[in-house]
Amino acid sequence: MHVDRRELAAIFAGGFAGAIARALLVEALPSDPSRWPWATFVANITGALLLGYFTTRLQERLPLSAYRRPLLGTGLCGALTTFSTMQLEVLRMLDHGAAGLAAGYAAASIVAGFLAVALATNLVRRTPLAA
Amino acid sequence: MSLLVALGIGLLGGAGAIGRFLLDGMVDRRVGRVFPWGTLAVNLSGALALGILAGAAVSGDALRLAGTGLIGAYTTFSTWMFESHRLGEDGRLRSGALNVVVSLVLGLAAAALGQAIGEAL
Repeated sequence: MHVDRRELAAIFAGGFAGAIARALLVEALPSDPSRWPWATFVANITGALLLGYFTTRLQERLPLSAYRRPLLGTGLCGALTTFSTMQLEVLRMLDHGAAGLAAGYAAASIVAGFLAVALATNLVRRTPLAA
Repeated sequence: MSLLVALGIGLLGGAGAIGRFLLDGMVDRRVGRVFPWGTLAVNLSGALALGILAGAAVSGDALRLAGTGLIGAYTTFSTWMFESHRLGEDGRLRSGALNVVVSLVLGLAAAALGQAIGEAL
């Protein structure tokens, strides 16, 4: 299998920054199963918005670049956002008998995450191509 | 969170992101890009792994490093949403909706299974 070392380095650098950014958010906004997990929610929706923006711009607006997408998309946004923590949070809410909170959190994350991608995508497409 | 732990989270986060990229690429080469199977494989395996940590009551800096750093960076919410959105844009609404629902349901099952395994350890 062909591996591009510089592409991997770009993913690593983005992942490094994204993981620390989320760890700082978790530190600033502690959570327990009876409350809305703001750290994960903010990280996930922000990351979805940024991924929609970066990817649409890189695919449809900017000249082809080999390392921006691995750095910003796969690395930064991928590491800033998390699927596993979100699932565990929903599971813990269910275990604590907070089924309404669990359903509300899962639904709000999916709706807001999807809208964030759609919004960022449309924003990029509405911006005229630079001369 | 000490500076050393933050650095460790960054290093493990970088490794997690590379692990996601490699597994995603491997799965896509095997089964094709028709449905985002690669991201699903990454997210389900990560939910299982984080469930095991939670079940084994891993906490403190160990959880920050392995949970937030490695597994947190390995799994992704943004790509899950992005791929669901693009499936919808391509007129494949059913595949997009299926990607949302299947990931959520199987993700919860994977986390619960992991938790049970972790508790039994």
